[in-house]
Amino acid sequence: MRLLVIEDDRDAADYLVKAFREVGHVADSATDGDDGLTMAADGQYDVLIVDRMLPKRDGLSLIGALRGKGIGTPALILSALGQVDDRVKGLRAGGDDYLSKPYSFLELLARVEVLARRRVGRSEETVLRVGDLELDRLSHQVRRGDEEISLQPREFRLLEYLMQHAGQVVTRTMLLENVWDYHFDPQTNVIDVHISRLRSKIDKGFSQPLLHTIRGAGYMIRDGAR
Amino acid sequence: MTALGKLFRTTTFKLTLVYLTVFGLFAAFLLGYFALNTRRLITEQITDTVNAEITGLSEQYRQGGIRRLVIVVDARARRPGSSLYLVTTFAGEALAGNVTALPPGTLDNPGWTETIYKRLDEADASDHPEHHALVRVFQLPGGFRLLVGRDLDERERLYNIVLAAGRWSIAIVIVLGLAGGLFVTRRVLRRVDAMTETTRTIMRGDLGGRLPVAGTGDELDRLAENLNVMLERIEALMRGLKEVTDNIAHDLKTPLTRLRNRNEQALRVAKNESEYRAALESTIEESEGLIRTFNALLMIARAESGQARDDMSEFDAAEIARDVGELYEPLADEKGLVLKVEANSAPVVGNRELISQALANLVDNSIKYAGVTDGTVNGVAGEVVVRALTEGDRILLTVTDCGPGIPESDRDRVVERFVRLEQSRSQPGSGLGLSLAAAVARLHGGELVLADNKPGLKSIIALPRRGPVQISG
Repeated sequence: MRLLVIEDDRDAADYLVKAFREVGHVADSATDGDDGLTMAADGQYDVLIVDRMLPKRDGLSLIGALRGKGIGTPALILSALGQVDDRVKGLRAGGDDYLSKPYSFLELLARVEVLARRRVGRSEETVLRVGDLELDRLSHQVRRGDEEISLQPREFRLLEYLMQHAGQVVTRTMLLENVWDYHFDPQTNVIDVHISRLRSKIDKGFSQPLLHTIRGAGYMIRDGAR
Repeated sequence: MTALGKLFRTTTFKLTLVYLTVFGLFAAFLLGYFALNTRRLITEQITDTVNAEITGLSEQYRQGGIRRLVIVVDARARRPGSSLYLVTTFAGEALAGNVTALPPGTLDNPGWTETIYKRLDEADASDHPEHHALVRVFQLPGGFRLLVGRDLDERERLYNIVLAAGRWSIAIVIVLGLAGGLFVTRRVLRRVDAMTETTRTIMRGDLGGRLPVAGTGDELDRLAENLNVMLERIEALMRGLKEVTDNIAHDLKTPLTRLRNRNEQALRVAKNESEYRAALESTIEESEGLIRTFNALLMIARAESGQARDDMSEFDAAEIARDVGELYEPLADEKGLVLKVEANSAPVVGNRELISQALANLVDNSIKYAGVTDGTVNGVAGEVVVRALTEGDRILLTVTDCGPGIPESDRDRVVERFVRLEQSRSQPGSGLGLSLAAAVARLHGGELVLADNKPGLKSIIALPRRGPVQISG
């Protein structure tokens, strides 16, 4: 995956570039809005990581300019402003995701990978499959092998989100934002409890577990047999 | 700037001058118009009288010749306050009348003339002034001339009286106007000066100062009252800001110190990679807690500053109760508690995200503390009930539990930041949950009430249905 980090704090940019390279991605960096725009406009990148406050041209106007040119490269906005209305402003300006500082690298990585994969257009499918687990988005039916699994509406959306991003790490905040539409910190980790409930419904009694906990990052649904 | 200079520069005084000028011009115009019209009216009366007399006299002449005319004129001229008469021959020799000392040639111009004259009975007294008169010269058939006129002194006197009255009244208008203007200006200026003085004190840093209100309910009072409300708000904000900084300083420094100590200890003591790794992991964990606390503080500060007021919409609080209940139900279940939601439709205007978070904090709190024991009360599974309902013009979001509750004496204190009652700190949490809920309630013009559920805790967020009341003029 080719990534462009546009961040004026050189240390932070270097750290990100290095960390992305360590996990096998190609990453470049730009330190101001104008350079960032020029590099991003080439369209060679899969995901842009854009700091909100940049010298010369701020992050939001950079994304706006790119979208104006018809370049749809997914962009994740990094910002010290973490309130809901800041997030809404960022997404309205054409950003695809918003992460407030300070963030953990694993959270950023998970979100970037989801953004990159979104381009492939997996969300169009009406039936999602992971191993022998099958989720029908139209009839709202879930089966594993021959067994029908009954889920609460929220459990269904949780599983749907996980399966849409099968093989990718999904963090707790991503679940809270995308499945529950909450942007605050619920103090106790309620998400873990929801996951363990879902796990008991889809994995219990099967030799091959599909829903995995990724330590320090979140969860991933994946067909272990492959 | 001198006191007088200041007086002259005030708006009130400038307005006084403008009014005075306009009013003075208007008065002058009115009086001038009056004087001119009076004069014209008198002149008209004179001409009417004179014309009538000439008609009458020429009739006498036509009937009785010059002899009769002379007799009639003589008779009329002798009456007191009479008009002016003169009958002459063609050569100018006077035959009858009471006028003399006309300027030469007056009689040669038939028609109207304004002229000077002397009365015949005072012609010798040289100290008598000349009089003015409006006369008409009429050519009688047979070469005789008839002059009839009226004295103009009366008209001039009246005219002069009116003019003098005009000058005086304008002078009085100006003097009274200036005096009134100065009086009003000084009164207003005194009050404005008092306000300025107060604002100076406030600017010097004494935020407790308030503008004086005279109690008359006039526009200056209204201004002062509104400014006082504003000052009240600013003072509250400043106090909040100070509290936040104090708390950040105090409660973030403690974990930061712990973080640092642990790292130093790891550097000193750790012998192998796994020990370093353990130290690093605990560092990350600690920093996550710090970020969490920091975010909660920012959120509270934001709610208290009132910024989030821009983000209000109307929604059903029952939905929030159901959503939050649904989010926490598995957690309650895990702790051996039963979470129930009883929600009736309760539309409210507010910030949905913040209210959700406030309610989530209350639920989290109840589950955390009611679940400390094995979750059972007298052998029955404990209940946490989330309710949404409308009560009068308020909506209530309540959370009740059967846990240990909060002693009445501590209820005010727990809402303060970072206060946690259980000393062991065995439960995770920043100690900011209730503070945030209280701040959110205040932001919406409502309140957070903690009550006894007998047994257990009943936490109530009460919000006005129409959202916070805006301060208006």
